[in-house]
Amino acid sequence: MSSITADKNFRYVYIICTIVWMGLRGFLLYNLSGQAAPAFIDASISVVLIFSTCFLMVNNMQYYLPKTKKIGYVLILSGLIGIINLITQPLLLHLFFSDDHYSIWQLPSLRYLRFIESFMISACIGFWALLWYVKKDQESLIAQQSETAQLAKDAELYMLRQQLQPHFLFNSLNSISALTVSQPDKARHMIQQLSDFLRSTLKKEEKRWHSLQDEIHTIQLYLDIEKVRFGHRLQTEVDIPESCTQLFLPALLLQPLVENAIKHGLYSLTGNVLIHMEAAASSNELHISISNPFNVNEQQVSQGTGFGLSSIQRRLFLLCGRHDLVITTKHESIFTVKIIIPQIHEYYNH
Amino acid sequence: MNIIIIDDEPLAQSIVAEYAQSIPGIQIMATCSDGFEGLKAIQQHKPDLIFLDIQMPRINGFEMLELVEQKPAVIFTTAFDEYAIKAFETNAIDYLLKPFSKERFDIALQKVSKQIPNTTGTDALLQEAALQPQQQNRIVVKDGHKIKIIPTSQIHFLEASDDYVKIHTAEGGFLKKKRMSEFEASLDAQIFVRSHRSFIINTQLITRIDLHEKDSYILTLSTGKQLPVSKTGYSKLKQILGI
Repeated sequence: MSSITADKNFRYVYIICTIVWMGLRGFLLYNLSGQAAPAFIDASISVVLIFSTCFLMVNNMQYYLPKTKKIGYVLILSGLIGIINLITQPLLLHLFFSDDHYSIWQLPSLRYLRFIESFMISACIGFWALLWYVKKDQESLIAQQSETAQLAKDAELYMLRQQLQPHFLFNSLNSISALTVSQPDKARHMIQQLSDFLRSTLKKEEKRWHSLQDEIHTIQLYLDIEKVRFGHRLQTEVDIPESCTQLFLPALLLQPLVENAIKHGLYSLTGNVLIHMEAAASSNELHISISNPFNVNEQQVSQGTGFGLSSIQRRLFLLCGRHDLVITTKHESIFTVKIIIPQIHEYYNH
Repeated sequence: MNIIIIDDEPLAQSIVAEYAQSIPGIQIMATCSDGFEGLKAIQQHKPDLIFLDIQMPRINGFEMLELVEQKPAVIFTTAFDEYAIKAFETNAIDYLLKPFSKERFDIALQKVSKQIPNTTGTDALLQEAALQPQQQNRIVVKDGHKIKIIPTSQIHFLEASDDYVKIHTAEGGFLKKKRMSEFEASLDAQIFVRSHRSFIINTQLITRIDLHEKDSYILTLSTGKQLPVSKTGYSKLKQILGI
């Protein structure tokens, strides 16, 4: 733990307080005794003694502070400092001048004021230091918590991203395997597409936000591969106006949505399936909707869209802090997911 | 040997066909792109062996297989390697992970010719499949010539009926050849409770439970149906309903 005595501001204020109090006390003693030199010597010695014992106290608080009853602890230390000063101040002062030479000694009640004075001062300084230490403690706790949260967030994002791939990859490889004998050119072309797709998803690991154009390029590769796999059953429409292509979105956010749309479309129906995708820009937000047909009769079954959508909701929440960025609608036999992406990417890319 | 290929991806069908054609004595009776076609083709051609994908439109490979009465030997062909590969490899005739080589395919066929009378592994497979999360939320039954997919949320209760289990829904009852214990294991235990030796009930539909005699209770569903509750059934219900 850091020490308050290493804090520059604290040192300045501490020294100023010492000097001011020294002046005030000297002036007061001078008024009472009418003797300038002894009064200021008394003030210097006493105040230096008080403030240095207090300095030792607050410095010591960096090594030990009780978990509970901190205030009591400070009060006890202040009491000790009061007693030390009560005893040592007169002893030290007697080295300089005897009872006869300093009229203050004629006022015995002032002796006890030395206790009260040093007790009050050390209590004040003690509480000041206590506040400082408690605040530091909380700050480091908060820093630690936010660091933990950041780590958890990174890990979670990583996990969410890992959800894609295996099925798609192995099925694609199987399609390529089938093509190698009958249509080698097509097989080669598909290997090319698959490599481009994988490369673009791998490359995106580090940077977090990408232009829609960039993302659509990846999605298009993905759709092309899926079309080879499923043949005529899978049809796609991608409608992206020019005005949206330079808007930004988190990397690989659309991928699982398109994957979901294809999965739910192709696996809930037996005929041909049209996946439609469109984008729109609106007041500093990018809107993207993806729709797929589904089986109305089995609505209740397909409602459990499960992991895909909730993971995207989670990811958008982690990135943008909003819960309302994923909207799903069902109209007749079409299921549509709309995602809203606030254009706040500059926070992440720089 | 007569075979049928069932896979929703045309290229995946063609690779099985290509490998199979190179082996003398194999006739491809049909290639199907979903479970419905597959079921029809199996009934029509009575093949010795089917190549079956798992993930397919509407009903998956396991669900289709449940509806087949005289099960042929099965080789699963799938990229779906998320669960129980070990179980498949020990129990199924074989399990080909896509993409697979011609050598691997030949090994699978050799296994078939040795084991054709023995299809016992399939049942274990189906049980395994019942534990798949996707399967827990629906049950596929045959309703005459039609195939009916029942979301589990629509089930009122299940009733044991000899070798079958009768699934009661708002649309009536459907019979399925399966054991009560299998349903008990595969359905969501937070919702479905074996309240009696012969009944598994949807606890979300319970409107009241009354004491009938000493240690025996009667529950009433929102449909008005009254069913007996056994002593152990009652303690299970108490746990689920928090009473």
